[in-house]
Amino acid sequence: MTTIAPVETTRRVAGGIGTSPRRPDGIPKVKGEFAFSGDLVEEAMLWGATVRSPHPHARISSIDIAPALAIAGVHAVLTADDVPGRKTCGQVVADQPVLAGDRTRFWGEPVAIVAAADLATARRAAAAVEVTYEVLEPLDDPEEAERRGEVFRSMHVINGDPDRRGAVAVEGYYETGTIDQAMLGTESGLAVPDGEGGVDLIIATQWVHEDHEQVYRSLGLAPGQVRIHLAGIGGAFGAREDLTLQIHLCMLALHTGRPVKMVFDRAESFAAHVHRHPARMWYRHEADPDGTLVRVEAKVIFDGGAYHTTSHAVIANGTYFAVGPYHCESVDIVGVATRTNNPPAGAMRGFGAVQVCFAYEAQMDRLAEALGMDPIELRLHNALAAGDRLPTTGQVIAGSFPVAEVIRSLAALPLPDDDPGDDPRHLPGGTGLASSRDRVRRGIGFAVGFKNLSFAESFDDYAEARVTLTPEGLRVETAAAEVGQGLVTVLQQIARTAVGIEHVEVEFVDTSRIGSAGSTSASRQTQMTGGAVLEAASRVREQVLLRRGGDDLSTDGVLRDGVVVATLAEVLADGPVSEQVRFRHPPTSVPSETGRGDLHAGFAVAAHRAVVDVDPELGLVRVVRMDTAQDVGKALNPASVIGQVEGGTLQGIGMAVMEELVIEGGVVRNASFTDYLLPTILDAPDLEAVLIEEPDHYGPFGAKGVGEPPTISSTAAVVAAVRAATGRPLTRAPIRPQDVAGV
Amino acid sequence: MTRLIVNGAEYTAEPSGAESLLTTLRDRLGLPGSKNACEQGECGSCSVVLDGDLVCSCLVMTADADGSEITTVEGLAPAGGLHPVQEALLAEHAVQCGYCTPGFVVAAAHLFDTNPSPSPDDLKEALSGNICRCTGYGAILRALTALAGEAP
Ligand code: FES
Ligand code: FES
Repeated sequence: MTTIAPVETTRRVAGGIGTSPRRPDGIPKVKGEFAFSGDLVEEAMLWGATVRSPHPHARISSIDIAPALAIAGVHAVLTADDVPGRKTCGQVVADQPVLAGDRTRFWGEPVAIVAAADLATARRAAAAVEVTYEVLEPLDDPEEAERRGEVFRSMHVINGDPDRRGAVAVEGYYETGTIDQAMLGTESGLAVPDGEGGVDLIIATQWVHEDHEQVYRSLGLAPGQVRIHLAGIGGAFGAREDLTLQIHLCMLALHTGRPVKMVFDRAESFAAHVHRHPARMWYRHEADPDGTLVRVEAKVIFDGGAYHTTSHAVIANGTYFAVGPYHCESVDIVGVATRTNNPPAGAMRGFGAVQVCFAYEAQMDRLAEALGMDPIELRLHNALAAGDRLPTTGQVIAGSFPVAEVIRSLAALPLPDDDPGDDPRHLPGGTGLASSRDRVRRGIGFAVGFKNLSFAESFDDYAEARVTLTPEGLRVETAAAEVGQGLVTVLQQIARTAVGIEHVEVEFVDTSRIGSAGSTSASRQTQMTGGAVLEAASRVREQVLLRRGGDDLSTDGVLRDGVVVATLAEVLADGPVSEQVRFRHPPTSVPSETGRGDLHAGFAVAAHRAVVDVDPELGLVRVVRMDTAQDVGKALNPASVIGQVEGGTLQGIGMAVMEELVIEGGVVRNASFTDYLLPTILDAPDLEAVLIEEPDHYGPFGAKGVGEPPTISSTAAVVAAVRAATGRPLTRAPIRPQDVAGV
Repeated sequence: MTRLIVNGAEYTAEPSGAESLLTTLRDRLGLPGSKNACEQGECGSCSVVLDGDLVCSCLVMTADADGSEITTVEGLAPAGGLHPVQEALLAEHAVQCGYCTPGFVVAAAHLFDTNPSPSPDDLKEALSGNICRCTGYGAILRALTALAGEAP
């Protein structure tokens, strides 16, 4: 790991920012004692199960729950008629039935729910519910959906002189498949009735307050009657941004008066949560002879599947970021999110930026070839920088945006030896002994990607946090979701550095005890909840110093000119000092008709260089090495940042060479870990990461969010490397062996 | 009635039909450390040591394990301390969400029992049945490579 241009930190305290203290939940996690949502148990608890539609599109003629209710141990069978409040849910547009009423619109849509004494009985009862379907023709083609006007959002971004033409033009059509988050912990949770008509829900989610909003409405309760608590979360990556079992669990608990637990198995998890939008993308790039990109025309269709979820925002990213981090004086970009009977698509790491990066980076390589220019030179020649205008929205990029530095520092890293050697473990296909050294061809691919940080397009995006100083130390309270990324550690570090006191406890509190922290998505929590904690902690420090006229604070107490004038116990004798802050990033605006405006709070850029060995005859690919450079603002916890970079990069590699949900006529054909392939440790290449530290304009100590950038250009770089090794066009990700072999 | 010796303690359980050892451990014996992420032997989250062999407990029928000695993640750390594999993973920041972690701990501890100084390739081979979706495996490999280097 290399770091460049470190930002000076304001204060020195053990375990503060810029260091990599261990995570406070690490010991329970390595000992198997950490309670994930699926580990919760409660006295007299029932188990829930879900009846799901086997058809992507059908009319429900009747539902007979009697056979299920007749099974011993079954306590409840509920259908759409039993939804007490709003019958639909959804983050932006509440268009998704809590339980399907007269129609099902995607494969796996929930139709009924049951509660029983144990899991086996609950599943048996779910299978015994008799649903009569009148099967309808599914609409599964996004282009057909567009023709029929079945769209969630249609955008047209126009900028510059539409007649501007370049001397050199390249065109291409690209596709990316449907990708699953495959977080290791499946959806699970526990609902406990409070005995007074209300309910407590303990759940793995990315945003308790958004869940709360949707849950109480559908339960027909007052907001105060529902409290949502964060359980231990086994990864998220976007899959937990939309509701799955939240309302169902509460309905069953309220109906039976008993605690109810639900845990999805893997197949159900694949059916229940949203996926990464599959994309179809048509591109035309034009450049002047010196390589200056002058015109990009593109049309991108993202299939949103059956319900809205976050499609409006995903297609916005796909449209606004369709050119990449490059100058371009004339753009014409059409973005369409379609409505079909495919499984709903929504949030996944990279959120719309990943698909278009695959296409625009392939186009940049084609353009370089047509120009006879080095592809890295071409990218540098067109690289945007802070203060420039984004070619689509016209927004002046505030904060840091070191595109050229990211490209240069990555290109400067050494390349590995050319010879893969004879060890079959280091050849494509591995110890299957499929390949041999003489057949292997090496390729190198380079790609750059970027996206915005935090929410956009005038969304009122904020995070609340409370910081309290007691004689024992600091307590940070937040409702932000720790999904594994290490927010819990970084909040400790920020509070330590801001106050000068090492002991910090972070408490994740329920929706009744603090305001929203916003979603753990859009790479936003380090900046947003981190920003709230920094401000609250700084105010706590100021107040405490003011009480005794001090000029510094430490675990010893208030200091003046280096001498302790009061211990913490003395200065806090009248009670703890507490501050609560609602932090907002710079406001963003509503887009104009043509997509203009200051739509985004900030941006981050990353690049990848992949080295692959390919057996072109058998279509086998081994990613030998993957180097990356990323714009991180300030690495508050370098080890955590590297963890995000490595994990995010490997997800991109998975999308390049193995991961795809195979969907035929709206039906998912590979909803299991046997058939949906995920990268293992054998697929993980050696990786070196360069972290570029140029402080951003908001976010604590200049930090940027780091979760999504590593997933954006990783897929594009791997596929570019395979193109270089094989000479094949490879315009679709993931690439399949037959694409590589050309059969 | 099935008799199991888990982490040195004796348990009896009445598993229903084809109940898996993973379900018995988690739901009957109060040992939720072993995780369920696929129930198909694909992810290693449920790894335990059964009579000396590393197995996916989701693929073992409890009834077939009658009389067996089982070590789960809960049985690896000495009282008040950590197993060297646990310590190594923490030191290298190899834990994110931690859902895969018990499986990696059990699989790696089993490997080090038989081979105290595995090479990086040995480690990769031995851990190729464990899926981690968060870390990209870099920190896990660094942690265990460092531990292998400490072997006498
Ligand atoms: S749960 Fe046993 S291998 Fe995945
Ligand atoms: S740390 Fe989350 S799956 Fe490994």
